[in-house]
Amino acid sequence: MRCVGRLAEMIAASAGALSRATGRGGGTSLPGMVLNRLDPGALRRLGGGLGGGAVYISATNGKTTTARLLSACLRADGRDVTANAAGANLASGVTAALLARKRSRRATGRARRRGRGRGHGETTGCGGIGVFEVDEAALSEIAGALQPRAVVLMNLFRDQLDRYGELEAITERWSDLARSHSLGPATTLVLNADDPALAHIGADLNVVLFGIDDPAVGRRELPHAADTVRCGSCGGPLSHDLVTVGHLGHWRCDGCGLRRPEPHISARRVRLDGLDHLELTIAGMNGPGGADLEVVAGLGGLHNAYNVTAAIATAAALDVPAEAIGEGIAGVQAAFGRAEQVSLDGRTLRLLLAKNPTGANENIRCLLAEPAPLNLLVVLNDRTADGRDPSWIWDVDYEPLWDRIGSVTLAGDRCWELALRFSYGGLDPARFQVRESLPDALDSAVAATPPGGVLYALPTYTALLDLRAELVRRGATHDFWQET
Amino acid sequence: MSTPTVRLWHLYPREMNIYADRGNIAVLRGRLRRRGLDLELREGRPGEPAPGGGADLVYLGGGQDRDQLNVAADLIATKATDLHALLGGGAVGLFVCGGYQLAGHRYRTAAGATVEGLGVLDIETTAGADRLIGDIVLTSDLRPAPGRLVGYENHAGRTTLGGGAKALGRVVEGHGNNGRDRTEGAVANRTVGTYLHGPLLPKNPWLADLLLGWALEHRYGRSFDLEPLEDRLEQAAHSAAVARANRRR
Repeated sequence: MRCVGRLAEMIAASAGALSRATGRGGGTSLPGMVLNRLDPGALRRLGGGLGGGAVYISATNGKTTTARLLSACLRADGRDVTANAAGANLASGVTAALLARKRSRRATGRARRRGRGRGHGETTGCGGIGVFEVDEAALSEIAGALQPRAVVLMNLFRDQLDRYGELEAITERWSDLARSHSLGPATTLVLNADDPALAHIGADLNVVLFGIDDPAVGRRELPHAADTVRCGSCGGPLSHDLVTVGHLGHWRCDGCGLRRPEPHISARRVRLDGLDHLELTIAGMNGPGGADLEVVAGLGGLHNAYNVTAAIATAAALDVPAEAIGEGIAGVQAAFGRAEQVSLDGRTLRLLLAKNPTGANENIRCLLAEPAPLNLLVVLNDRTADGRDPSWIWDVDYEPLWDRIGSVTLAGDRCWELALRFSYGGLDPARFQVRESLPDALDSAVAATPPGGVLYALPTYTALLDLRAELVRRGATHDFWQET
Repeated sequence: MSTPTVRLWHLYPREMNIYADRGNIAVLRGRLRRRGLDLELREGRPGEPAPGGGADLVYLGGGQDRDQLNVAADLIATKATDLHALLGGGAVGLFVCGGYQLAGHRYRTAAGATVEGLGVLDIETTAGADRLIGDIVLTSDLRPAPGRLVGYENHAGRTTLGGGAKALGRVVEGHGNNGRDRTEGAVANRTVGTYLHGPLLPKNPWLADLLLGWALEHRYGRSFDLEPLEDRLEQAAHSAAVARANRRR
């Protein structure tokens, strides 16, 4: 059996190398897909080697960034972290990450035995902690295969309705998971107190709640794309004293009295400053009444304030000291496509992944704080990873941009849908250009952006991959799987 | 003379909006304004009866299952009488996705419960085991050939037509009412129901204009010749959607 497992691992690893060599992709999921097929117990077996256990991070928005933040905190504390590559967040991606860890350790061990690796800090013991971003729909399967030490559930927004079904379906699956044996007494559930769909699902478990408590951020009214607007207990309408992102905020049900629980870890003060900077004052780190923690992050926007707070709450639950948390958070750069910065033809290109209404709205909120006139490139694809149904663009509040626009280029498989969205939204068609081919769109958008200026790109997921591939072709950046 | 205005009663915009129903409203308003006409929007919230003075066009979109159940009870309790009077008197109804199911006599859920509907369309719906999802293309008799409609469908319900309703169209690509009989949607007088979203009206401007013409006629008692609009973007999006559906066969 052991031999079969080893052989399966070798075959799987070769598949990944082949995928990279032939330029088909980063090979970030393929080895895991092959291995899970050949050896269905692989995830549990490989995961068993993580002495520090596995942490799963799931959400509609913020998985990748929060996983990076948490990994950075743990590494700053000297822990050996295994993480999956951005977007490789199904069971295959987690297995692939664990397989890569095992093989690199074996190589290190061999080198050491030959006397070449002596003196390096890498150990081959059973330490190590896994930090995995996990697809919303895949969480139950992965947690069933490998029991987690912590699960972080951050938010649920409407997204890819064709694939996931409506939000209630995922909320139900997550609630079932919280009640199931997949989460043991040793599992910590880190929940967003500000999301009424999630705040109360951890009933009998070991729960850490996080939230935002700065009344100066956010708004009083729910945006159009607000999702969980009714009470999960009685079905009555929810009221809000503060709305932060989508339907998140300080909510209560006037019908049955259910309300946002008091978070254990909360961002008491949030200072937002552009696409690359925010500062938080975090309360609750040292118990009620303890000293606050001041953190600075190289990330922008209120959605990132949630990502940082979630990472801090989880790191604290994993006993990472405050100093390492601050150091870890401060060192994190944006993940690929999350306000990533690329230079092209004398312009600065900012890539802002926009794959669902709430994510797009947060990006737009950030753009409105940037200096006008804004030059935009919006790319809408409708492939499986984007969601095949392009309806969601009608739920995005693009309208506040109109007064601040310098140029707009629309592209992607469904560029004409964007054209309709923008024109029926009140932007004169003379003020935007539609390009069916992405290279043409990039040329047109760059040409419309003054030299030295900034071009903001809002692509869907596969559009981001296409756009980055085009940028790699033009020598402007590197492949995403080369990121560490 | 004041600007001719369509009075739109948009039912449950907070609860029933999951498939971008806002896009349909934007198109109705936009196509009136481009012709110097106007739209007066009245929201139909839970517990409220029809707005005073009536309405020329009623819209009900799609929602999540739970919201749809809440809305169904409120619809029967507070709005059914007004809706029957309006639609029976020549006002226009557009019922999309979940709204389409609620316009029928009843809906049988997967759990076996029966939810009473408005009964303004002679249809019945029963939840199926799986969802019918994907791009969809129809040909409709509501307009001389090609009478084509494009959109996206995503529904677990299987809908069957009674003798008092005819189909909105025949399925060219996609599933339609029930995945079996190639019908999609239902029409009775000026009440139209359909599973097509995407949303429905931006890529099918002829249907938007048909509904608006009926609504103006209801309000002013005479037929309106709506001048044709320059629909370059609409036609491009329509054609792209047809190509998309064909490629995915």
